[in-house]
This record gives sequence, C-alpha cells and structure tokens, in this order.
Amino acid sequence: MSIMNKIKKNLPKIMTYTVLIAGALTILFPFFWMLSTSLKTPIEAVKFPPTFIPENPQFSNYADAWQKVNFTRYFLNTIFITICELVGVLLTSILAAYSFARFNFKGREFIFVSMLAIMMIPMPVYIVPGYMMLQKFGWIDTYYAQIVPWLANVFSIFLLRQHFKTIPNDLYDAAVIDGYSDLGFLFKIVVPLSKPALVTIAIFTTLSSWNSFIWPLVMTNSDSIRPVQVGLAYFIQEQSTSYTLLMAASTFVILPLVILFFIAQKQIVASYSRSGLKD
Amino acid sequence: MKAKRIFFKAMLFLLPTLAILIIFRLIPIIYAFRISFYDWGIAGPKAFVGFSNYIEIFKDAKFWQSLMNTFWYVLTVLPGVIFLSLFIALLLNQQIKMRGTLRTIYFLPEVTSIIAISIVWKWIYHPRIGIANYVLSLFALGPFRWLEESRGIFEMMVQHELPILLKGPSLALFSLSLMTVWKSLGYNVLIYLAGLQNIPNHYYESAKIDGASKWQTFRHITWPLLSPTTFYVFIMTTITSFQVFAPVWMMTGPPAGGPLGTTNVIVYYLYDMAFNYSKYGYGTAIAFVLFLIILGLTVVQKKYGEKNVHYE
Repeated sequence: MSIMNKIKKNLPKIMTYTVLIAGALTILFPFFWMLSTSLKTPIEAVKFPPTFIPENPQFSNYADAWQKVNFTRYFLNTIFITICELVGVLLTSILAAYSFARFNFKGREFIFVSMLAIMMIPMPVYIVPGYMMLQKFGWIDTYYAQIVPWLANVFSIFLLRQHFKTIPNDLYDAAVIDGYSDLGFLFKIVVPLSKPALVTIAIFTTLSSWNSFIWPLVMTNSDSIRPVQVGLAYFIQEQSTSYTLLMAASTFVILPLVILFFIAQKQIVASYSRSGLKD
Repeated sequence: MKAKRIFFKAMLFLLPTLAILIIFRLIPIIYAFRISFYDWGIAGPKAFVGFSNYIEIFKDAKFWQSLMNTFWYVLTVLPGVIFLSLFIALLLNQQIKMRGTLRTIYFLPEVTSIIAISIVWKWIYHPRIGIANYVLSLFALGPFRWLEESRGIFEMMVQHELPILLKGPSLALFSLSLMTVWKSLGYNVLIYLAGLQNIPNHYYESAKIDGASKWQTFRHITWPLLSPTTFYVFIMTTITSFQVFAPVWMMTGPPAGGPLGTTNVIVYYLYDMAFNYSKYGYGTAIAFVLFLIILGLTVVQKKYGEKNVHYE
C-alpha cells in the first residue's frame, strides 16, 4: 500500500487524534501558564509579547508567597477540617444508610424523601439564617461553624443505602445467630463489604470540604481560623502582590488535590461516572 | 412490642443525621422564610413589613439586571458544556490509544479549586499583557478588555448599539462562562462516556447492516438513546450555573459584579445585600425568589424533558 493510501485510510483516525490532542492542550494550557508565570521575575512576567519558558526560574517565588501570609496555618486548618468532616460524614452516613436499608419502620419513606428535598434547597437560602444561628451559638469564627453543619450528607446516605440493600438478609440472620449486635454486624461485616461506595463518599467529601468557599468566607473573620481557599482569596484581594506570587500560591493550593487525583485516579473517575447515574 | 422497638432502634441510627439536618438546614430554612418578611438589620428585626421585601425586589432594577445576567450566564454555559462534552466523549468512545490519559487530562480542572483557577484565568484575561490577547493578536484579532468590557457580545459583533435585551451578555460575563465551560467539561465528558457505554451494541450492528452513514447512526441511534444523559447534564448544569458566586467575587470589579453591574449575578447580589449592606430581610427574600426559579425550572424541565427523553 502506498503512503498516500495509508494516509487516506487512516484520515478519520488522524483527525480524531488531532482534535483530541488539541483539546487536551487547551485544557492544560492554563496550568502551564500558571506554572510558567510562577517561576518568572516580576519584570519578565509583564513582558509583552510574553515568554513561555521562564528565562531564569525563580523558585524563591514559592517561598515568598508562602511566607507573605500564613499559608502553613491555612493548610493545617483545611487539613483538620477535612479530616473531621470525612470521619463525621462517613460515620453518620453509615449509620443512617443502615437504618434505611435494614429496618422496616413507619415513616421510613417519608423521612427519606424529606431529607432529599432538604438537600435540594440551595445554600444561598439558608446562609443568612445559618449565620445568625451560629452567631447565637457563639460559633462564628470557630472550627465548629465550618465542620458541624456539614457532618450529614444526604447524597452519601443515598449512595450507601443502595449498596447496603444488596447485602443478603441471610448474612444478617447468620450474624445474629453468631451473637452479633446490629452495630457489630454493621461495622464488622457490612462496612468491609462496602469499600467502593465508602471510597466514593470519601472522595466527594474530601473534594467538597477542601474546596468549599462561600460558607467559610461568611462564617470566619480571623486569619488563624481560615481554611486555605479563603486564605488564598484574601491574599489575592488584600495584597497588591504581583502575579508571579499569586500564581505560585495558586500552584501550591491546587497541588495537593492534583496529586491525590493522580494517586486515586481510577477510583475518582469511577466515582464520578457512578454519581451521574444515580437516578 | 416489636415494631416499636425496631422504630426506636432505627431512629437511634438516624439520630446524628437527623439532628444535623434539622438544626442546620430545616430550622434555618424556616427561619429564613420569617426573616424575609421583616426589615432585618445587623441589630435584629426592625419591623414586620409583610410582603414589601418581595414587592421591592420586583421594582429593583438591579435585581432585574442580576436576573438577566444569571440567565445569560446559564444560556452561554449550557450549549458549550453539552455540545463540547458530547463531542469529546464521542471521539473518546473509540478504539484509540491514550484514551485513559486523555480522559484524565480533560477531567483535571474538575478537581482544582475555583479560587486558584479564577485568579489564573484573571491573569490570562489581563487586558494589557494577558496571554489571551497575545494569542488572538497572532490571528490579527483583538485586543479585548475581557473582564473589564461592559459591552454585550452581540453588540460587539455587529459593532452597533442594540436594545438592552439583544445586547447579549457583556464580554466580562462571557469570559466567566468560557472559564466555566473549561472547568466543567471533563465531568460531563465522563457522564456522556458512561451514557454511551450503556447503549447496547446490537443497535449499531443493525445500523451497519442497513448501511447507515455515521451521521445517520448518530442522529437516529446515539442522540435519542443518550437523551436521559443529556437531560441529566442539562438539569445539573442549569442548577449549578444559577448559583454561580466565587468567580464573580474573585475575578470582577472592584467593585465585584462590575463593570457596570454586568457580572452581578443573583447569588452575588443577595450576598452583597445581606453581608455588605446588612439587609438580611431583603437578601433572604432574594434567596427565596432564586429558590422558586430553580424549583420552577426543575419542574418544567422534568415535565418537558421527560416527554422528549427516549427511554429504551
């Protein structure tokens, strides 16, 4: 086969690859530009036409950005809040999902549907009264305000309930004969059988907690209590910092989740695919 | 009484979840309803005003502008997200190398923080030295003022002043839409890929036997069988786009919502009223209007969408 014919035959393939790769480069470009700017000197950063590869990479930009405001504290706050939320949400969801899946009680459907309805109401509706209530509790500007209201998640309960329902009744009966209590059965037998669903919940909770913004923005005032997203937002707004430092800060704020994403890529992709099929 | 014991046990397991949902969702929502009927400031309720917060909303030109901005934002994000993600998913749903890698790259923006990404895009959109203007200048286009441009995009296309409803979103608002499409593409590609894999292969085999062209196969098999997926993408994108906030807060102004209020979307407006002006009653009333709009859209979409959704 001549080269021309080969090209002709593979033309659709070639076009597919061209479009997909061009698209992927477009997606990646903002990340590349962020990294590139983060390594430039302030003078090089404002050059026009711009340079793509920094002439003299300034790794000190990262240290400078980190020290300009208290990023160590912000990160520790976010890690602490995320871990608390993760443990809390897993615990409350496991218990609630088990209740819905295992027990046949009056009002079960009503309670479940009401929960789903409450979850549908957008956050802007309850953020003002939520703020007033937390004020009455004396919780404004505390970790409680950032953690406790988010310790229940109906979507997680929904996902887990579906999974728990698939566990056969015989297993329960056998466990009861073996002397297991409900809690024992739940945590020693059901939970180990539900790892994929639990991983999905853990991923969604971590992502939403790490990236949450408007709630902690409203509920916190002082620097020492802020999570990293709010810290970064104020860093950007208050400091008349040059873009080199802003890009360096953006890079290290994005980095932990990108690393997590590459480590747990398969699980994350599977979780998201599953979430779309939830109804 | 066995039933009673089971009920008691079930409630015990539900207690943590119920307590949190009641205290931090249900009560605030009911409370919000009450607040919306008061002139409520930082020091508490000043006076019961009945429906006047709601009436004031309908006379408030800024509210109408924020509503129109929000609609434009949703209307520009929707087609971008739906068609691009479907297109990419169709391309990825073939026997190709690097499929996993490409899918990962498209998904990457989804896991990044909107705050960090907003500032990166603000830098890209810089009116004088931004890379967007530089790239366009290579094609002899621009320069544009992006986030600082208050003219409508349709107005800019025809280079003539247009009546308010035909101006289209300002270029500033459209810049936010572009970023949103970039950020949410990967998630919707995944959803479409899952949808495509649910289409049974025998449909394609019979189409092949009947000698259907690629376009015919797409038009008569793929697209109708994907309608539940498209429906899902449509609803979710609409609902989340209606609540856009962080990019406006981060990227526009000062003051945020600018230039000339053309990026002032409804959630930003209610935040502004409640937390910058301490008009809690008014802000909450706006929140309820937003809620009713979202509820109405969901109902309409469900009714209209379900009729046109092709289930197997």
